[in-house]
This record gives sequence, structure tokens and C-alpha cells, in this order.
Amino acid sequence: MEPNYEALEDEHTLELPSEPMRLNMGPSHPAMHGTIRMVLDLDGETILDVDVQPGYLHRGFEKSCERGTYNQVFPYADRLNYVSPMLNNVGFALAVEKLIGLEVPERCTYYRTVLGELARISDHLTCNGATAMELGAFTPFLWLIKVRDWVWDILEQETGARLTHSFGRIGGMAAPPTDGFKESTLAIFGEIDHAMMESEALLMKNRIFLDRTQGIGNLSAEDAIAMGCTGVVLRSTGADYDVRKAYPYMFYDRFDFDVPVGHDGDNYDRFVCRFEEIRQSMKIIRQALEQMPRSGPVVADDLRYVMPDKREVYSTIEGTIAHFKLVMEGLKPPPGEVYSFTEGGNGELGFYIVSDGSGTPYRVRCRPPCWYNLQACRDMLVGDMIADIIPTFGSINMIGGECDR
Amino acid sequence: MGKKVVERLQKDLGAAVLATSEHRGDFEVRVAKKDWKRAATLLRGELEMDHIIDLTAVDYPEREPEEPRFELKLILRSSKTGHRIRIATRAGDGEKVDSLTSLWRGANWAEREIWDMFGIPFEGHPDLRRILMYPEFEGFPLRKDYPIGKTQPLVPYREVEGIEKLPPFGDDEGQPWGRIDWLARLRGEEVQVSPAIGQQTGGRRALSSGPEHDGPLPEAKE
Repeated sequence: MEPNYEALEDEHTLELPSEPMRLNMGPSHPAMHGTIRMVLDLDGETILDVDVQPGYLHRGFEKSCERGTYNQVFPYADRLNYVSPMLNNVGFALAVEKLIGLEVPERCTYYRTVLGELARISDHLTCNGATAMELGAFTPFLWLIKVRDWVWDILEQETGARLTHSFGRIGGMAAPPTDGFKESTLAIFGEIDHAMMESEALLMKNRIFLDRTQGIGNLSAEDAIAMGCTGVVLRSTGADYDVRKAYPYMFYDRFDFDVPVGHDGDNYDRFVCRFEEIRQSMKIIRQALEQMPRSGPVVADDLRYVMPDKREVYSTIEGTIAHFKLVMEGLKPPPGEVYSFTEGGNGELGFYIVSDGSGTPYRVRCRPPCWYNLQACRDMLVGDMIADIIPTFGSINMIGGECDR
Repeated sequence: MGKKVVERLQKDLGAAVLATSEHRGDFEVRVAKKDWKRAATLLRGELEMDHIIDLTAVDYPEREPEEPRFELKLILRSSKTGHRIRIATRAGDGEKVDSLTSLWRGANWAEREIWDMFGIPFEGHPDLRRILMYPEFEGFPLRKDYPIGKTQPLVPYREVEGIEKLPPFGDDEGQPWGRIDWLARLRGEEVQVSPAIGQQTGGRRALSSGPEHDGPLPEAKE
């Protein structure tokens, strides 16, 4: 291609000739948020087309589930969205309980709600902190990760593990809440509020941050719905679909909370929506802790599906038999298939489970919210500049473990 | 929640609806493979099921040969009415299924994944290639007859076409932009070295169609 000679009078307006260039970004690019490859067709720095290629973190989650018992899925489920593992645990437990038709005690449901919302807070704190860091604002990242660690401290106090809890069980949770659960949870809320307030004070009037997020990575509501987007990516476009409100599961219909929606579906809206969701999650946790019974069981009383107490195993024949059957064969849901969905960190996290009546799932399909959100990434990126990939991709919050399974 | 949709489908499709079921509040309608797209078009259009939730498949090899082995499941939601419905159809090994990408763009990756994992081809899909696995992968891992411990053959280095257009372009470390003295090039001078950077060792070609320079470089201008 030849230069544009017509603009020769003014050298500063000289259009440099360019031809479309193909550029690989990823799978291990230092600025990319996950292990993913993007093949870009560029005109200068403008993105003409992008081919997003996931799959680098594929571990065969669905295949692995087909050879263990139902309770053995929980460690795998932890590693789906590893920024909010508790939500995956709860989501899978609810799916199998729906398949069985098992009711869990009220205290367990409240406990799941609180732990799940804590996981959502940690998910959104991570995403927004990382987005700010990738745009050059390192301080908010440190502040938000600091409070996220305190959230993880609570989860560690409850479950014994910071990240991969494996705490869910079919029919309940592995252990009851600790004595100081309510107090320690409420104690960090002030700090989370403070960290978010300070981060917003740094970012929301920052010209660099605003220029790189506002109007970048736009997505329309019609496109988002047709692409199957859910979660913050969908809500930022103005569609108010939140599973907790639209199809209330657990006790979400008992809580007073709002669903924040955006307007333009750009990076800025997604960022603001996430911060607002953290506030709503804290509101939910406050109400749930208030309503949660102080005592009572956290597992259902059904020896066909739930492990008996150790004292019963060693002292009664029924307990021994139930323990043996559950360990050797696993719990056996009746044949059938269900699709159960919850609001995960990134959107609708669904589990489609087919049971053939044996102790091993016949098929477990995880509907990963990231998968469909990432698919819309091409629509968001085409026409923007190459540097806009970083904030746009960051604000989708693609989690490789969940997307690729 | 999906009962009205099921009744409506039964009314409009008539005999095309092979079976309906309701289990734990999930409504499912099964249609024949030839009516797959017709049912989907009806759902997308008149019934306003515009939100694609998921498209997946289940493998039942023991159903063969009486029945096809694969069962496709399409889960839909309406953002207008809130109804949810699951549509199913059956397909045998190697039988093509109509692609739904023209109705829901979100079906694109879902169908690619089904092709990748189960080997069900889709007719009318714009870009049907493997998505989670690499192109050289042998077999379809989520089929029941794929052993979980199977080892895959090693993949030789790929032959990639058009790779000479990948950066770096020049003889040095690449990044030709900003180093070329475009004004000098427009004056017809052969050497294309940026005055800001100065003379570089070694010959350097122009980005695209400039004259090639092989001899020693003249002095750089101030």
C-alpha cells in the first residue's frame, strides 16, 4: 500500500499506510486475565476481527464427574470458578437436592446464603481490583485484595480452607457455623465499605480510568440476551435478569435487596455494577445473619443421602450400614434429569444432571456463565483499539476454570 | 413455569411433538430431528423465548440400534414472560442436526462444543471446528465409549500458512513503525531510517512496497 499523498501538505496528518495484520494475543500474555488465546486481525491498532479461542484450561470436569459418586463432585466444583468456589458448591448441592427432592434444614439454607454471598463479594472485589490494576491503578487493587483476604479469612475459619473449600454436601453443609461466625462476618463489613469508598474516590473522577472504560466494550441488551449472557455482563446492558430475583431459590425471596443495572453495557457500567452488587450482598448477609437460627442441624436427616453422625456409626447398626452404603456405593438419586440454576459470580450457573438411579451421575453438565459471556467478547471488541482488550476482557471476568471446565 | 409454552407447542406443532414430560418443575418437550429447527423458530418468534440458556447433549449408546444414541437438550428462557422450557431431540451417530445459530447467536459456541465433545455435526453452522480440544484430537471425549484414561498421540509441529506476515517484519527486532522516515521515503530516497533513531546497522527494508536496499547505508541526516 502506498501512503496517502493527498495529505502531504501537513505532515502531521499523513496517513500511514497499513495492511491488515494478524496478531496472536495469549494464551499466556502478561496482560491477559486468563489463559486464553485471541487471534486478532488489526488495522493499525484498530481491531477488525477477533477469534477468541478458549480451552487451554480444559480438564474434563464433565467426564470426571461420570466416574465418581455425587459427593466426589464437590472438589471438582470448587475448581470451576475458583474465585467464588462456595457458590459452585451450593449450586451443585442444590441441583442434586432438586433431583432427589431433598429438603435441607432452614439453618443450612441461611448458612449457604451467607457463605455464598461472601464468595460473591470476594469474586467482585477481585475482578474490580484487577480491572483497576490493569488500567494502571495499582493502589485500589491492593486495598481491595486486602479486604478480600479478610473475606477469605472468614471462609477459612468456617471451612478450613481459603480457596478450595469442598464444604458443600448433598443435603447440607460439612460443618455447622462456628461460634463467632456472625460477629466476625459483620466485623469486616466496615472495612469492605471503606476500601470500596476509597477505591471509588480514586477511580471515579480519574480521567484515565474514565476514558478507558466509558464507551469501551459496548454491548446492547438484545445482543446480550441472544448471546446467552447472564450476570453482570447482561445487567450492565440494562436487562434486569438476576436469578435471585427472577426465580428465587433458597430464601432470597425473604430478603430485601436491589438488582443494580447499567445503561450502556460498557466497561464502566460493569465496574460500577460489581461494586453495587457487593453492597447488596452485604445487605443480604446482614439480613440472613439476623434471621438465621442460632442452633439446629445443618444437614438433612435422611440416612439414604446424608452421612450419619460418627457416634451413630460406631454405636448403631443403622448408622453403620448407612455409612457403609454411602461410602461404598454413594447416594442414589431416583432416575430422572433436572436443570438447576443459581446466580453464580458471573451469572447463571446451571447444573444439568441426568441420573440413571445408580450412585454415579450419568451426566453432569455445568452451564458456565463465563462461556456465554466470553462469546459476546467479540461483539464488544470489534472496532475498539488493541489496548481496549485489557479492560474489556477484565470486566467480563472470564474464569478459565469455569469457562473451559 | 413452562406449562403454557408446552401447551402452545402441542397446539401449534401437533404431531411433531413426540413426548412431553415434567420432572421437579422442569418442563421438557421432545420433537423429531426434522422438526428441531421448526420448533426452535416457533419458540424464538411467536413464543418470545429469546434468551438461550444452554444447549447440550447426552449420550445413550445402549439405545442403539432401536433409537438414535444422542439426545440434544436446548434450555430456553423468555426475557419477556419469564417462562422456561427444555426442548429435546434425538440424533444418531454422524447424523446432521440443523444449526440454531441463525436464531440465537449464542448457539454458536454451544454447538461447537457439542461437535467437539460428542461429534454431532450441525448443518448450517458458520464455523464448526473444535473449541475446547485442539484440532488434532482424536475421538470425542464425552461419548460414553471414550475411555477416560485414553492417551492421545503426540502432535507434530503444525504447518501454518501465511506465517511470514507475522511480526517481526524487519531484519532487526521488529517494530518497524515509527522508525521509518516516511518523508524521506516520499522524497524518493532509498534509505528509510528515522531521523529520531539514526542510522541502524544492517540493511532494513521498507514496511511494504518500498525499494529494497542492499548496499551500505549512507550517512543519516541531522
